[in-house]
Amino acid sequence: MADITESRIAAQSTAHPAKRIKWEAVGDHAILIAGALLMLVPVYMIFASSSWNDITLHREGLQFGFSDDMANNYNAALFEYGGFTDSVNGVTMLANSLILGIGFAIGKIIVGMMAAYAIVYFRLRFATLAFWMIFTTLLLPLEVRILPSYEVITWMNLGNTYTGLIVPLIASATATFFFRQFFMSVPEELIEAARIDGAGPVKFFIDILVPLSQTMIAAMFIIMFVFGWNQYLWPTLITTDESLFTLVRGIRQIMQAYSDGSTTPEYGEAAALAIIAMTPPVLVVVFFQSWFVKGLTESDK
Amino acid sequence: MKRAAFGQIGFPILLLIPQLVIIAIFFYWPAGYAIQSSFYLQDPFGFGSTYVGVDNYTRLTTSRTYLSSFWFTVIFTTLVTFFSLAIALLLAVKADKVIRGAKTYRTLLMWVYAIAPPVAGLMGVMLFDQSRGNITQLLSTFGYDYRLGVNYWDTAAAMITVSIWKQIPVNFIFFLSGLQAIPRSVREAAMIDNASGTSRFWDITFPLLAPTGFFLLIINITYALFDTFGIVDTIVKGEPGNNPMTLVYRVFVDGFRGGDLGGSSAQSVVLMVLVLILTVVQFRFLERRIHYT
Amino acid sequence: MAKVKLDGVRKVYPNGVEAVEPCHVDIPDGELVVLVGPSGCGKSTLLRMVAGLEEITDGTLHIGDTVMNDVEPANRNIAMVFQNYALYPHMTVAKNMGYGLKNRGLPKTEIAQKVAEAAKMLNLEDYLNRRPSQLSGGQRQRVAMGRAIVRSPELFLFDEPLSNLDAKLRNQMRIEIRALQQRLGVTAMYVTHDQVEAMTLADRIIVLNAGRIEQIGTPAEIYSQPASTFVASFMGAPPMNIFTGTSDGQQATLDGGLSLNGAGAPSQTGKIQIGIRPEDVALDPSGPLPFEVDIVEELGAHRLLHGQLSGQPFSVSLNKDEPASTGPTKIALKPGAVHFFDAEAGRRL
Repeated sequence: MADITESRIAAQSTAHPAKRIKWEAVGDHAILIAGALLMLVPVYMIFASSSWNDITLHREGLQFGFSDDMANNYNAALFEYGGFTDSVNGVTMLANSLILGIGFAIGKIIVGMMAAYAIVYFRLRFATLAFWMIFTTLLLPLEVRILPSYEVITWMNLGNTYTGLIVPLIASATATFFFRQFFMSVPEELIEAARIDGAGPVKFFIDILVPLSQTMIAAMFIIMFVFGWNQYLWPTLITTDESLFTLVRGIRQIMQAYSDGSTTPEYGEAAALAIIAMTPPVLVVVFFQSWFVKGLTESDK
Repeated sequence: MKRAAFGQIGFPILLLIPQLVIIAIFFYWPAGYAIQSSFYLQDPFGFGSTYVGVDNYTRLTTSRTYLSSFWFTVIFTTLVTFFSLAIALLLAVKADKVIRGAKTYRTLLMWVYAIAPPVAGLMGVMLFDQSRGNITQLLSTFGYDYRLGVNYWDTAAAMITVSIWKQIPVNFIFFLSGLQAIPRSVREAAMIDNASGTSRFWDITFPLLAPTGFFLLIINITYALFDTFGIVDTIVKGEPGNNPMTLVYRVFVDGFRGGDLGGSSAQSVVLMVLVLILTVVQFRFLERRIHYT
Repeated sequence: MAKVKLDGVRKVYPNGVEAVEPCHVDIPDGELVVLVGPSGCGKSTLLRMVAGLEEITDGTLHIGDTVMNDVEPANRNIAMVFQNYALYPHMTVAKNMGYGLKNRGLPKTEIAQKVAEAAKMLNLEDYLNRRPSQLSGGQRQRVAMGRAIVRSPELFLFDEPLSNLDAKLRNQMRIEIRALQQRLGVTAMYVTHDQVEAMTLADRIIVLNAGRIEQIGTPAEIYSQPASTFVASFMGAPPMNIFTGTSDGQQATLDGGLSLNGAGAPSQTGKIQIGIRPEDVALDPSGPLPFEVDIVEELGAHRLLHGQLSGQPFSVSLNKDEPASTGPTKIALKPGAVHFFDAEAGRRL
């Protein structure tokens, strides 16, 4: 079969010398397919393995084929209560992840848009100072100041609360910066026309600027949702109460069980949980790809 | 600021208050607190602290474990940055070139962006597991005895591989959009001037992509320094032991496991300075970048 | 409808740059005044101060009988058409036109009626439910005009409204704007850098340069009596030839030795500048002035001869039926062709 194809291509290439270029395209596709497989195969293996029982996985590692324990594993991952206090299951963690992802995205967008609006559209001497104060927060990721942040949260009694989980993550100015960049690119004349049309600050914001920013808001929402959903270190520190665990935070629990080695670890359930933890953000990114890419690549300009 | 900006004062301040309050409480306060505690030594039982000057810093320069983490971080960052950039660039150039299936490739190469680092780490643990990991088994057929969590460099290799894998999509997206931003006319002019695709890439495309590349370099260094926390933590299974450790992970381990607030804070401050330097570099570059466009 | 009066209006930016020097302008009711000048001359700043989009540093601005210095743009009863149209991209044509009226609290039926009237006037009736992105450049321009009309303002402000259109559409819209303004009888201020637009549209022209008013006058005055070398070379295409020369009080002589017999001379003696419009010259083999033609440019209706007069560059514009060729020839000046300016400031003598 391969021989036939090749000889046909060879025949064509003698007939039309220009067809040679096609080999280059074949090479390009081969590289791209290899890249796509590199991305795909590990995740596929986890997915396939989530259909196997723990003993096989324990003996043979991750699987390429499918078995019939899928329902079992996902059922256990989603509905079986686990942890030290038996107070958390997959559904609870899924809900917490959603609350973190959506709460973080919405909070960040609202706070960021408001601040960016004030900085760009008002003749405020204090705005430059505010901008620099906000901009500085881009410099130091939460990971750098993790311990003092934790102390502050404990001091404020916000440990094991959604507020303590979400609000400190908002304390970086990515969204503010993003909206500032976007507002600056909005033509000057729009605010001028609106002012002649009798729109004040509130009306201009609601009637003109927010509708204009729709795409930007969507892009930001996707990026921030994924970012919030995937948070690990902060939830690990701030939530010791298992009923507040997110899926990603739950991964840590699995890993600890994994290293105990006392009983056969629940590999199938772990694989199922990993799949559950990655599915929502992956779907969001794939389905809203163009917004996502736009948001990501335009935030740096 | 816009030419015809509004003149009100109270309203914009009202708009700024939420952002400013949040960063004051959750950014400036902790950052200041970190700087302050880096000059104090905490009593292990939580009874007060003593001012020790720069002792916490000098302790770092002599600590063997800290220095080994430092050098590991340098190697880790270099390798992760180089390989994730190189692979992503290759893929982006090809994806930009192919006519058929370009969109499908884009999707297939970027979706891993959405996977959380610890989830990627979990996959790494399963693939590299000492006894049953598929990659471990593959390596043993070549006669290599791979031992995750036991052999320092074996563990490091797993961390690096997973970190590269996780970062390729972001780099790919930026390189691809950078390539697509190169004007058609420039490409066409190059096609007329130069027949060789390879030298066209190095003479024309690569320099035009340099701004994107430099921006990504900073992004990748930041990623390798901070965002790989989840990967490192899952691969060492939360039990650092003698495993390789990045600087950020050590801040966490010394601060939360070791209860050494002063030492951990000093490490935080060192990292802050590092990031600050990176930012200054980026800023100087960004200014230049304006001239590019 | 209203007259407009600028009394010593001036603009200084916080960084100390004086964008507009104190200026005095009176615009009678119903007049269309064009502000023209090169980019950065302050013409837009002046217009924006009238609109209230830019604060007035000094002086007073009257629209009608009211001092408007500190009145919000929306309350000045003006309408403005912007260079890039500044249409709200997410609103339909009808919503775009009606937004100002809605903010004034007019009832919906009245807004709809006014929008319909304006749309009819501008041939936009079929497009009322479209978004700006679905319109052509000329149509967007009309919507911007419509937005201005529905407000029934006392004063129209135009900020280079035609410069984003192609040449053909520009000519057409120019005529439409003029017709509309005359029909509505609304006072208008119009900013452009295009001197043809200025000449054809204006009742009166204000020529600005480097933040200063160089001249105010009707298009004919500006053309035939330019107040300075700047106005002389800015207004008119091809521009006026400007020579350096001297005057002894009776006769002017170009540097290079050629005397302009019978063209008169300013009373000021010494160094001067001498201007001659390219179209104020006739080829005349028996004429007094030798002209060396280097290049002949064909423009269809006209023909431009470029060459040397008394060793200085000189251009002549001829009708298409007059024969022309390169090489030496002679020219004669039409009566009143020669303008005199002082050597330093370039003011008319």
